[in-house]
Amino acid sequence: MADAVLRLQEVKKSFNLGLPNETEILHGIDLELWRGEFCAVMGPSGSGKSTLLHIAGLLDRPTSGRLQIGGLETTGLDDHALTRLRGRSIGFVFQYHHLLSAFSALENVMMPMFGDAGFAHASMELRAAELLQSVGLGPWRDQPAGHLSGGQQQRVALARALAMNPPLLLADEPTGNLDTQSADAVFSLLQAFNREHGTAILFVTHNHALAARCHRIVQVVDGRIQSDEAVAAQPQLE
Amino acid sequence: MKRWRPFEWVVALRFLREGRMQTLFIVSGISIGVGVIVFMSALLAGLQANFIRRVLTAQPHIQLLPAKEVARPLGPPLGVRADAWVDAMAQAPLQRVRSIDQWQTIVAQIAALPEVLVVSPSAAGSALVVRGDASRAISAVGVEPARYFRIVAIPDKIVKGSSRLGASDILIGIDLATDLGVTIGDKIRLTSASGGANTLTVSGLFDLGNKGANQRTTFVALHTAQSLLGLEGGVSHIDVTVKDVYAAERIARAIRLETGVDADSWISTNAQFFTAVQAQTTANTTIRFFVGLSVAFGIASVLVVSVVQKSREIGILRAMGITRGQVLRIFLLQGGLLGLAGSVIGSLIGLLALVLWQRYARNADGTPLFPLVIDPLLFTIALVLATITGLLAAFAPALRAARLDPAVAIRG
Repeated sequence: MADAVLRLQEVKKSFNLGLPNETEILHGIDLELWRGEFCAVMGPSGSGKSTLLHIAGLLDRPTSGRLQIGGLETTGLDDHALTRLRGRSIGFVFQYHHLLSAFSALENVMMPMFGDAGFAHASMELRAAELLQSVGLGPWRDQPAGHLSGGQQQRVALARALAMNPPLLLADEPTGNLDTQSADAVFSLLQAFNREHGTAILFVTHNHALAARCHRIVQVVDGRIQSDEAVAAQPQLE
Repeated sequence: MKRWRPFEWVVALRFLREGRMQTLFIVSGISIGVGVIVFMSALLAGLQANFIRRVLTAQPHIQLLPAKEVARPLGPPLGVRADAWVDAMAQAPLQRVRSIDQWQTIVAQIAALPEVLVVSPSAAGSALVVRGDASRAISAVGVEPARYFRIVAIPDKIVKGSSRLGASDILIGIDLATDLGVTIGDKIRLTSASGGANTLTVSGLFDLGNKGANQRTTFVALHTAQSLLGLEGGVSHIDVTVKDVYAAERIARAIRLETGVDADSWISTNAQFFTAVQAQTTANTTIRFFVGLSVAFGIASVLVVSVVQKSREIGILRAMGITRGQVLRIFLLQGGLLGLAGSVIGSLIGLLALVLWQRYARNADGTPLFPLVIDPLLFTIALVLATITGLLAAFAPALRAARLDPAVAIRG
């Protein structure tokens, strides 16, 4: 049996460790995400969704517990190894696009590949152009990131997250700042990538309608998984 | 994106270009600082070179002299303390004109030193010059023109006649010529304290730029001075010039050790002047240090602000897989590039200021106050030092950027 794309076992996270105001945010999370799964994470504000996402994305380390990405145990890895693993295996989309305003849309999409290789080359430009085309922004490829609309910027951020063709995509309320139409467009793109490339997606949202369109909904309340339910059949992938 | 440029270069350049106004202001600040340093350094180097040239124009870098004559009293009678006996009995002897022992060997020894340019033996002593009713006390310096004129360029100072020095020729200063009422071709009689006398023909008049020297100094051929001063075959001085004038004291010490002859460098004979030059250098170095320091703080402060402004972008770069090392290099490069750009512009500003100085700062007769040497090495040093300063100044902000926690940076 193939390894899970993401596996968290008994993951706990505390802030202000050893201080009087030490607070445990996550209380032993167990979660597995398989290739091709599109999983919504829901829960009230402050329930630990973003912390869970940051830990799953190797942006933060758990206080205890185990975390595997593609079957690789990450708890013993140093910062450099974690960074490289993150760059090659995980894509991020945040509520705010966080595009680099000094670069064009195309250059923003190229950035993960460029940073990983150290030098730019033609294949990166080609891949970035294809991704922009797929999110409907082919004609805007040379526009400075700051000149695009909010919806367009979020689509560029999505293309950037997929630049390294990662097996796992973590999306932290990517539609939260968008109008309904733009939110729907971005979500449809996520669904398309999930379907076409088998990218496993962990999608934090407050939007019940969008969550209902995912394969699975995980409810996080007070740092614990309260429920984990399948809402749609997951497509069979090879 | 240019394919040949590394990732860190591209991002560093874009960040600088994005913060246009900040970059412009800090580059202007660095340029002014570097311009001031370049201008001051060239000005001071020119000024000091001019001072030293003026001091050394009429004297050798090192002069070897015969040992001073000392009285050697017999031992004290019984019951008398030795120091009391010496004080009472050993009267300081008069210093006669004496020859340096084995001077030909010493000249050959010194000439073989790699740091030495010219070695010239001379015989010098006091004499009385008489013409009709007029007489003056002078210093007669006997030299080998081929060597001595490479140390003191007398031919350049001849205002009338020539610098020819035959057996019966004498070169005198313009002020002595006026006092004696003589000109080229006139004969004057020299008498030394030892009783030697000779009648010589004035072959040239020189101007050393100092009235006292023009009244007192005369030059004759070496063997003429030797017979006049009673120093047959001997020399009273050996004059030396060296490649590095600032190394003169060290070389003098080495000569003293090697030959056992007293050797005075121009540094020890002009101690006060040299101290003044050193003080000027120290003051200038201090000013340059503080200007450099303010430039460094300027770069650091701009980059600290840039790190704060770009913390989210740094966070997202880290989330994309950009390593701490890459982030560190992005900010170090910005510091280095700011330093380099500022130093290039600053060097041009300094150069322009030097050209303007040379053009407009002039003596009443229109000649330059002093010649400035625009040394390419100065600009190279300015470029390298400013770039290194930029890199060092960027280190703290770069480290801060590299240590940013990506999760915290993204949250803002």
